[in-house]
Amino acid sequence: MEILVCVKRVPTVGGKISLTADGQQVDTRMSGFTISPHEECAVEEAVQLTERLGGTVTVLTLGPPEAADQVRDCMALGAGAGVLLEAGDQEWGPMATADAIAWNVARLTEVSGGYDLLLFGNEAADTGDYQVPVRVAHKLGLPCVTGIKHLEVQGTDAGDGQRIRASREYRGQRESFDLPLPAVVSVKEGINLPRYPSLPGRLRAKRAAIERVSPPWHADGVRTLGLRLPDLQQQNARVLGAGTEAVPALLELLDELGVLS
Amino acid sequence: MTVLCLVEPDATAGAGLADASLRALALAGRLAESGGESLAAALAGEPTPDQLAALGSAGVTDVHAITSPRLSGYAPAAFGRSIAGLLPVAAPAAIIAAATDHGSEVMAHLGAIIGLDLVANCVEATWSDAGGCALVRYRWAGSLLEDAVLDTSPALLTVATDAPGSAPTVAAGGAPKVHQFEPELADSDLLAEATESAVGGGAVSLATARVVVGGGRGVGGPEGFAPLEELADLLGGVVGVSRVVTSQGWRPHRQQVGQTGTKIAPELYLACGISGAIQHMAGCQAAKHLVAINTDPDAPIMSRADYAVIGDLSQIIPALVAAIRARS
Ligand SMILES: Cc1cc2nc3c(=O)[nH]c(=O)nc-3n(C[C@H](O)[C@H](O)[C@H](O)COP(=O)(O)OP(=O)(O)OC[C@H]3O[C@@H](n4cnc5c(N)ncnc54)[C@H](O)[C@@H]3O)c2cc1C
Ligand SMILES: Nc1ncnc2c1ncn2[C@@H]1O[C@H](COP(=O)(O)O)[C@@H](O)[C@H]1O
Repeated sequence: MEILVCVKRVPTVGGKISLTADGQQVDTRMSGFTISPHEECAVEEAVQLTERLGGTVTVLTLGPPEAADQVRDCMALGAGAGVLLEAGDQEWGPMATADAIAWNVARLTEVSGGYDLLLFGNEAADTGDYQVPVRVAHKLGLPCVTGIKHLEVQGTDAGDGQRIRASREYRGQRESFDLPLPAVVSVKEGINLPRYPSLPGRLRAKRAAIERVSPPWHADGVRTLGLRLPDLQQQNARVLGAGTEAVPALLELLDELGVLS
Repeated sequence: MTVLCLVEPDATAGAGLADASLRALALAGRLAESGGESLAAALAGEPTPDQLAALGSAGVTDVHAITSPRLSGYAPAAFGRSIAGLLPVAAPAAIIAAATDHGSEVMAHLGAIIGLDLVANCVEATWSDAGGCALVRYRWAGSLLEDAVLDTSPALLTVATDAPGSAPTVAAGGAPKVHQFEPELADSDLLAEATESAVGGGAVSLATARVVVGGGRGVGGPEGFAPLEELADLLGGVVGVSRVVTSQGWRPHRQQVGQTGTKIAPELYLACGISGAIQHMAGCQAAKHLVAINTDPDAPIMSRADYAVIGDLSQIIPALVAAIRARS
């Protein structure tokens, strides 16, 4: 089974998020980089599927040259191939991103037969556009389901009547979809528990070749004016006390809030 | 011109509209008001009398009821195609839906089908004098706000499920007019169609719990959760956890609070051994009262909490449980 997983490089922001002086970007001078937990789960799901059914996992990202680090991180977890779509100096909106991913899939399909399954995160950690996978599916004429928390492949012969059963929960109901392959699926954290990279995995990833391609770019219709922090009440918590000596005050507070039945 | 809002039924009561849809309608109403436009709604199936009443009081004058003999369940691509088919009929200047799982994916299908931009998780929208739609929307699940202008027409937006719900005051009009719409669907639109089944459980849900007792890395391991569970039980609440806890496998992911977990809105969130990373806080912004228990007086959560106890949760929680038991 040939599986493509798409991941996006984002800054690791922890307790505080700070902006560049012009308010246009998140200040990343002090931060590391990572991918969304949803995407980590997409990689894990792909690796588990190929461990069971054979085939390879290809990890793809559209981003700056440094995004090769995130591709290697995924290869250390078991992905066999990596592709970096070079973003250059342009701002890539979700439409241009989806077009670039679809363009590359179409290009590779001509060369090597294409993918049975395209896996994505449900939404990117930073922009949270909630649309790239669906747009890729439409570009390629493939069926698509999003937000998946459980995935099963039915049938063992790749390409030959293989189907997937994908499900998620929505407002107290389980929704199950039964789709022919190839298909586009976006997943959410919780679908599996991603493994940690092994040492041999890391070493293999470090030496692995990553294919670099420059996809065509186009502008989108959204103009960002700037970013700002919401005015959350930055406050200092009222300290009720230290250690178990604070328990009476805590009890009184719970009583005041009316949560002691 | 008109602003068209897609709405979903209320899952629990079954007769009215989902809370997220009411918030989307409120934003749609404010946008329509800024452009002197009317407000229309679209939904799958026939509206109930309760839904019509709710739509009417939100200022909706026209409702498009989408029905098709080819649809037996929820099919995201088919619903996107239906809205695309409705465009010549409804001629909207903007199309808006709540950023629920369904709303987000239907709007993404619509955007892909008609080849237009879609801006997700908006909390404000007005027509700008300089042209286009001026927006405020979430980034990092609401930890950051983006000011932006969308220049394409019709404007496609989803509305954050916790966006402000205040609608403009509309003169109490009569009941909205209902228009039937039967979309033309292609076979490929029906490839992904959901079959629904009940999920077991029935326990208090994390999303709607009145009290959440949160546990993070500071709990120390899976065994450390027993006193938190006991406290949650005593308070009629549930346990919620940080991502460190789920990725270590200490607790299942359905208990995770945050950007990639569940958003909670309790009366009290008692966060124990949780540092307060922005992705965790994105999931508990709606908590009325936040109390933190942490050994570190400088943890980031201290600048977001209302109250704090500085100290070791493994001593404080059992002592609190004992004190509550001693009271009754
Ligand atoms: C894209 C993305 C999405 C994410 N989504 C989520 C999400 O949905 N939910 C989420 O929670 N995280 C999420 N994270 C992870 C997040 O950034 C943090 O890593 C995580 O929330 C930290 O968990 P924690 O507070 O339990 O651990 P830590 O940050 O390690 O904090 C542990 C705290 O416990 C305190 N402590 C230690 N021992 C004790 C003790 N005995 N008694 C009392 N206090 C003690 C310490 O002082 C410290 O403040 C996400 C990250 C990314 C990049
Ligand atoms: N720059 C990118 N490179 C590769 N994949 C991406 C990129 N941006 C988004 N994606 C994929 O699309 C999913 C949804 O992103 P979005 O629609 O932007 O919220 C992400 O979880 C990724 O799997």
